[in-house]
Amino acid sequence: MHIIQELLFVIAFGIAVYLFYRKARQIRQNILLGRDVQLNDNPAARWKNLLLLAFGQKKMFRNPLVAVLHFFVYAGFVIINVEILEIILDGILGKHRLFAPLLGGLYPVLIGCFEVLAALVIVGCAIFLARRNIVRVKRLNQRELDGWPRSDANYILITEIVLMLLFLTMNAADQALQLRGHEHYINTGAFWISGGFVPLFSGLSDSALIAIERGCWWLHILGILAFLNYLPYSKHLHIILAFPNAWYADLRPKGKVENMPAVQKEVQLMLQPELAGTEAAPGDIPKFGAKDVPDLTWKNLLDAYACTECGRCTAACPANITGKKLSPRKIMMDTRDRAEEIGLQIAKTGAFAEDGKTLLRDYITEEELRACTSCNACVQECPVSINPLHIILQLRRHLVMEESSAPQEWNMMFSNIENNMAPWKMSPDDRDKWATEMNG
Amino acid sequence: MADYAASGETPEILFWVGCAGSFDQRAQKITKAFATILDKVGIRFAILGKEESCTGDPARRAGNEFIFQMMAQNNIAVLNGYEVKKIVTACPHCFNTLRNEYPELGGHYEVIHHATYLQQLIDEGKIRMQGGGTFKGRKITYHDSCYLGRANDIYEAPRKVLEALDAELVEMKRCRSNGLCCGAGGAQMFKEEEKGTTRINFERGKEAVATGASVIAANCPFCMTMLTDGVKEQGKEDSVQVLDIAEMIVQQMA
Repeated sequence: MHIIQELLFVIAFGIAVYLFYRKARQIRQNILLGRDVQLNDNPAARWKNLLLLAFGQKKMFRNPLVAVLHFFVYAGFVIINVEILEIILDGILGKHRLFAPLLGGLYPVLIGCFEVLAALVIVGCAIFLARRNIVRVKRLNQRELDGWPRSDANYILITEIVLMLLFLTMNAADQALQLRGHEHYINTGAFWISGGFVPLFSGLSDSALIAIERGCWWLHILGILAFLNYLPYSKHLHIILAFPNAWYADLRPKGKVENMPAVQKEVQLMLQPELAGTEAAPGDIPKFGAKDVPDLTWKNLLDAYACTECGRCTAACPANITGKKLSPRKIMMDTRDRAEEIGLQIAKTGAFAEDGKTLLRDYITEEELRACTSCNACVQECPVSINPLHIILQLRRHLVMEESSAPQEWNMMFSNIENNMAPWKMSPDDRDKWATEMNG
Repeated sequence: MADYAASGETPEILFWVGCAGSFDQRAQKITKAFATILDKVGIRFAILGKEESCTGDPARRAGNEFIFQMMAQNNIAVLNGYEVKKIVTACPHCFNTLRNEYPELGGHYEVIHHATYLQQLIDEGKIRMQGGGTFKGRKITYHDSCYLGRANDIYEAPRKVLEALDAELVEMKRCRSNGLCCGAGGAQMFKEEEKGTTRINFERGKEAVATGASVIAANCPFCMTMLTDGVKEQGKEDSVQVLDIAEMIVQQMA
């Protein structure tokens, strides 16, 4: 009997890990569809970002109440992994509470801590469910969340609550069996939270208790393995990608727009050929800006997969606040959806071929892009260092430089700058008129 | 600047006026106020005059990198030609572009926004205030421009300048890194807004007026235009003034 359980466990565990690995590899390939950028400089600043932004969740604390609840869920999930290690080892080796004899009196304290965290996770997730579905916080109920994203969020919260309840029930049944002196259930001492529920199980027979304990044990660990494989299909992937995303965050001042060396060179050849150097211009004509996912950087795509659709960006966006179509969160969701679409096509046919669709227009409209004031509020707000503005500006570059598509007023502004050195139709000779007025 | 160069002298700073400061009638007043302060304090400053061009900020943010590069490379050639070391500007967009975007194109200068520069002059005792001036005890709210604030993390310098006025500073709910944009950045200044429920500057104007302040302090010529319209929309143009920090300092300088 034991051997069969061990065998089943090892098979389930193996399948789960393999499937996760396969999907993770595919996401990595999708992210690497993006063009290359070097983001490895200044390791000291990157360590600081990793510790403060990812581990410390610094930006979450811009809203302290939500941050504390989120921290409970986060700490619960990270720390309870230690317990999951024991569960996995028990499963593989056919043992029961492997760590209990090793840790002695410390064991019930440790499990007690896990139980407190589990309870906090349940409280946190319940409040989060209420914020989404009863209080209906605006940023959690906006247009771009209709359909799957809204269900996704609820599934995640419900699953976390169920997993924690299974964990607590398993412990309670275990203690009931311990009290009856069942030989397999070694005495660990009472656990802090589930201990209080032991009397509820007093009317049950030994075999019923064993069935409950084993049932919860299996459902809990299978649930976790299933959840592991749900992650890469869900917004919840942020629990992993928040970490690399904090490390690779742009360290430059937020106001700095990415340079385009190809254009710099071309203009230099025109204005000051003596400075431009002698090497021949590259043979193939470079693409200006981004029209589709492969034109973006890999960091933009990592951003898209790290986004958990919390909407802090959109709630701070001046365009969105005033009813424009632009939503920085939707920019990220669209980028991820398009990357997935291209990834699927590559998985099927081996290569990316034109499929008649592009990120620009089929996902993100010109109207959205035009509404951005480049105010950086979205970049400032994002707890996991996502930069929607970088994507917006690259798409704008494509529109203007590849398609000459700009509002009439912008075309006027361009030609004024070109001809009058100012965005308005003013004579360059009048530039210092104010000074003459002052002196006169 | 050409005059300084001709006489072989070097000014302490180059005052980068910017297009709004040069041509926009409202912003010209800011330019004049700042130049008056510099004169009063006795700072030897130069302007590029007719040799100054748009930094390229709006073109770059609208997506036209060619125009940006043309402007930037021309400006850098002029600035490097005069061996300019230190630039002060009253426009946060020019400030951001000169400071963050010109270095990789070969333009390396110490670039200072006038909020920071005014704070330095006050700290050094070069600007002294009259007691009981125009703004003493009045409620003032300060609007963080995106390109000074979030883009360059400068939040305290302009507030320190306002403290020197002995006024009561009241903050809007969305201030500092949470500050709401006036709606002009990213080349929006030069086009109509997209369809929405309201305008961004109306939203911000409403918020600023709601503080009960009689003066909205700004540090950017574009914010100036946007907020002035925002205050008008609230029907408060008679009781609420929008002023640049330089205009406020010049009114109360000893």
